[in-house]
Amino acid sequence: MHELSIVASLFEILEEKAKEQKAKKVTAITVKVGALSGVVSEFLITAFDVYKKDTIAEEAELKIEEVPLKVKCQKCGAVIIKDDFVFLCEKCESRELKTLAGTELLLEKIEMEV
Amino acid sequence: MKKKEILVLEELLGSNKKIASEIRKRLEEKGILTINLLSSPGAGKTTLLESIAEKLKPDYKMAVIEGDIETERDAERIRAKGIPAWQIITGGACHLEAKMVGKLFPEIPTDLDFLFIENVGNLVCPASYDLGENIRCVLLSVPEGDDKPKKYPKAFTTSDCLIISKSDLLPVLPFDLEHAQKEALDINPKLKIFTTSALKDSGIADLIEFFISSLNQLRQKNA
Repeated sequence: MHELSIVASLFEILEEKAKEQKAKKVTAITVKVGALSGVVSEFLITAFDVYKKDTIAEEAELKIEEVPLKVKCQKCGAVIIKDDFVFLCEKCESRELKTLAGTELLLEKIEMEV
Repeated sequence: MKKKEILVLEELLGSNKKIASEIRKRLEEKGILTINLLSSPGAGKTTLLESIAEKLKPDYKMAVIEGDIETERDAERIRAKGIPAWQIITGGACHLEAKMVGKLFPEIPTDLDFLFIENVGNLVCPASYDLGENIRCVLLSVPEGDDKPKKYPKAFTTSDCLIISKSDLLPVLPFDLEHAQKEALDINPKLKIFTTSALKDSGIADLIEFFISSLNQLRQKNA
């Protein structure tokens, strides 16, 4: 359960950006959560809803975009979506896979009223 | 009132990563190899460190940063071996962050060979935080069961090395060593796997050899 400390980091960026834009209030935030980010989306939303009280994002909604683990086989070039985290190419059985997506934990965009 | 949408694309753990990179750079410049130990509580991280300390002491200088939710106990155990140790008490937090390690920086002797960081016992959260280490080791103790790698993938995919600890219990527990190794390699084919028993002093020499060769590589890179 380290989602609360992740939300604290989110607010550091959020408050800075809102100030830069001279936002009156933040209405929505979109975060990309990779399957291998180590974060549980539901907990992130719960932590966000607790943290947002008395901030510029008090009425904001946290939108989560889940990103599956996507790998590319370095041998045969196949691009595969993995849901079992097994690093084995289903086409040529190579273990040399490069991760393309799915480890990210990214603040993608902020919607606000200015 | 006007609606506006801005694209940010910033990593939420970006500030931790930045601090970790700075720590890694500064320690590498001093020729210090840093090792972050991760595991669930009770997998034997401190006991393994005690055993490593005994073996490294005659020829190498090491120090340990201990992370725990409460108490100074682990640091006291390491100090009893004549090794400098600092305790980070997180007061409830389930993991160490790079800034906590950074705060100790002024106290870390510059003539060290190895700096070990024993993370808070937890197989989930510590996996998300780079602490500036060169090598991340995850411990899986035999009593925990051989099915853990796929249940806690992040800890195993982000590690360089897997230490299967308490191997002296293999004869009495239904732990399938081959299965555990296969599961771990399935999710991270690059893992180096060591099987150790601190109690019976088995497998620890191989692990130390790996740390020493990694230290030599780091110093060759510096030279």
